[in-house]
Amino acid sequence: MSILNSNIPEGAIAEKWSNHKAAIKVVSPANKRKLEVIVIGTGLAGASAAASLAELGYNVKSFCYQDSPRRAHSIAAQGGINAAKNYQNDNDSVYRLFYDTIKGGDYRSREANVHRLAEVSPNIIDQCVAQGVPFAREYGGLLSNRSFGGVLVSRTFYARGQTGQQLLLGAYSALNRQIAAGGVKMYTRHEMIDLVKVDGKARGIIARDMVTGELKRFGAHAVVIASGGYSNVFFLSTNAMGSNASASWVCYKKGAFFANPWYVQIHPTCIPVHGSQQSKLTLMSESLRNDGRVWAPKKLEDAEKLRAGIIGPNDIADEDRDFYLERRYPSYGNLVPRDVASRASKERCDAGFGVNSEGKAVYLDFKYAIERLGQDTIEKRYGNLFQMYEKITDVDPYKEPMQIYPAIHYTMGGTWVDYNLMTSVPGLYAIGEANFSDHGANRLGASALMQGLADGYFVLPYTIGDYLSGEIMVPKIDTKSDEFEVAENGVKARLDQLFNIKGKTPADYFHKKLGQIMWDEVGMARNAEGLNKAIKEIQALRAEFYSDLLVPGELMNVNPELEKAGRVADFIELGELLARDALNRKESCGGHFREESSTEEGEAKRDDENFAYVAAWEFKGVDQEPTLHKEELHFETIHLTQRSYK
Amino acid sequence: MADKILSKIHVKVWRQNNPKAKGKFETYTIENISQGNSFLEMMDILNDQLIREGKDPVAFDHDCREGICGMCSLYINGHAHGPDSQVTTCQLHMRKFNDGQTITVEPWRVGAFPVIKDVMVDRTAFEKIQQAGGFVSVNTGGVPDGNTIPISQIDAEEAMDAAACIGCGACAATCKNSSAMLFLAAKVSQFAKLPQGQVEAKTRAKSMYAKMDELGFGACSNTGACELACPKSISIAHIARLNREYLKAKMAD
Repeated sequence: MSILNSNIPEGAIAEKWSNHKAAIKVVSPANKRKLEVIVIGTGLAGASAAASLAELGYNVKSFCYQDSPRRAHSIAAQGGINAAKNYQNDNDSVYRLFYDTIKGGDYRSREANVHRLAEVSPNIIDQCVAQGVPFAREYGGLLSNRSFGGVLVSRTFYARGQTGQQLLLGAYSALNRQIAAGGVKMYTRHEMIDLVKVDGKARGIIARDMVTGELKRFGAHAVVIASGGYSNVFFLSTNAMGSNASASWVCYKKGAFFANPWYVQIHPTCIPVHGSQQSKLTLMSESLRNDGRVWAPKKLEDAEKLRAGIIGPNDIADEDRDFYLERRYPSYGNLVPRDVASRASKERCDAGFGVNSEGKAVYLDFKYAIERLGQDTIEKRYGNLFQMYEKITDVDPYKEPMQIYPAIHYTMGGTWVDYNLMTSVPGLYAIGEANFSDHGANRLGASALMQGLADGYFVLPYTIGDYLSGEIMVPKIDTKSDEFEVAENGVKARLDQLFNIKGKTPADYFHKKLGQIMWDEVGMARNAEGLNKAIKEIQALRAEFYSDLLVPGELMNVNPELEKAGRVADFIELGELLARDALNRKESCGGHFREESSTEEGEAKRDDENFAYVAAWEFKGVDQEPTLHKEELHFETIHLTQRSYK
Repeated sequence: MADKILSKIHVKVWRQNNPKAKGKFETYTIENISQGNSFLEMMDILNDQLIREGKDPVAFDHDCREGICGMCSLYINGHAHGPDSQVTTCQLHMRKFNDGQTITVEPWRVGAFPVIKDVMVDRTAFEKIQQAGGFVSVNTGGVPDGNTIPISQIDAEEAMDAAACIGCGACAATCKNSSAMLFLAAKVSQFAKLPQGQVEAKTRAKSMYAKMDELGFGACSNTGACELACPKSISIAHIARLNREYLKAKMAD
């Protein structure tokens, strides 16, 4: 074990970023032209980084597995993006956004990174407006805001329930401009399969062309991972079907430490699971909690009748409804943070008050808002979400409350990075959801979009220059070198290995089984016994995978089953690391709830004395235990206290 | 909400091993499909069955499965995204189908979207149209405060109506001329309604239009079929606005 240095600049919290920018090196325009950067992923972080780096003059190669960069899963973010603009005159400020984010993350994020995030947040809104992002407006023509969970101000900017789509299309348009100008070479339907290091530095990748099956080598002076999170380790999540951890995972295996893998966000308002053949879960935006009231029946007999379909929710009188968030958390009410709301729903359902046939759902009711504001207003605010709900469930949410239940949604953990967003491999960066740094143990709503764009537009373009200034004498990377040869041969051998198992079972079976283990033992609440059991079960699943996997089709053609097999193999290894991390962290914090560590009211109980650190894991071999490295978290500005939303 | 089970359905699907191969329909039968399943979950079940039978599964595009990424692209029983309205294929549910029914699944049939494999097509042509001017030329940094440009709520809402396009290609797949006018109009119209889009309005309309023609998409004959097929209900009024923008640009030449 070692103590990690996160390279946090000196000075007061509000001066660190300015001081750092003044101190770091800059690359001249003439030299930028000679340098190449690879960016993996084209979501908010990847697209904004690729476009901004190309505008600066670097030669960028951008990769995505979809047929267009516009389809990255940032597109599905619904509710909004936070920024400390204080346009509402409600006493918002950079400090308040910083404070809310640290508290929301249950004091497990890095102060200096979070303050920088809050500082650049206003610039993001300006940038998006300039690109033509159609944010919601007030009658006077100025930008509109709404409220999100875990805060007492209105600082969330939005474009109906499609904010992620509009922000991504903004970044995509900037990317398209650079593709047309020649600054970015775009590789769609290409998947990164390995990282190539030369003399210890990240110097390129091996990618598979998903149309022809061909393996290709790409060299660069730096590599940026912006490939998103790993929620799909649970199989059922709100992530896209293709969202995967493989780019991050090959970097882990090449020496990039993986931090806080258990910090996974469980979002309280998703459409409940139906049956056993479901392929993914659909989120209903947190913004709905602005106007919807969450409740479960007060009486157990009502819950039983609801489950049996004898009565419907509208048959239950107001006085027999338990608005349990308003009851337990009077000051934040329905707008408590996600981890708190999720646990409260689970508590009600575990106590027998669940309302669907499986007993795993509560209500999100708009009746009161419709009475107060009229259906037109609600339709204007959330129309697309209501339509989506009705198409999936066949129930009209204007007439009957939505059924909701928590689901895996986002991963706060990820590749460890220092203040410059560089991983523990020189020249390898991780940005957006792929890194770990800003959200601690729980992310606040509307902060993922903020972080992705902050990293891509306003942080990485500065900090990468500091590293690249030392690379200006390095000629174009030779992809015929031994290092590339060895990496490509390794990839070939691995693909052959998957193909040649020739078992009886498709990859999805293993993925579902992994997801079930994860949800049962490493899910919303966990304990040492269950985690140890999970580790054994995952190891057994890995052995089964390598003896019984069946990959159909051809190696040199379109082959979605081969792609899945590779991703599932990585998820199985990642799942084990996740369980190990949860086992190591004996405290509860944010989304991480250890049953052994809770307050009398059932809230997460932190242990600052022993666990105020980032757990960064180093790969030692598939069958070896990883090594734990610690980054101590120092809270110089904010006083550590038990989080309360009462 | 107990969903009915379809005891048997027949899926007649286009099979084509690669862009150059000759394609043909194959029909497969699957049993016990819950009507609560989405259409693509039914396709997953079909593929699981094919793999276990030692056959090649059907390659199809999909990703977010919540109707926003625009990746899924199936032509089902003669309709882009199937028989439901205002949904993508991934949001289509099996409750729209009956027991014993034969469901025909084809790729988008558009010359500018060649088949890659089975029902998966290459929509790079849409990328090229966007790259020809679907942006406001601003670099990162150095832009004014967001509130220095007031935009009327009506204009912002209309821009948003257009910007809701997901780039799936259902419009071109439905059009008898394989025209991409609704797709192009959505982008041009979004910027036409916003002050940020005015500076480059003329070059944008002309270069994007020219690129669309060059890529082999057909002309628009105003049948309105695209609007009906569009999962986001983008109105053909945006095509009228595109034509106005184009005409204004041409007159200024």
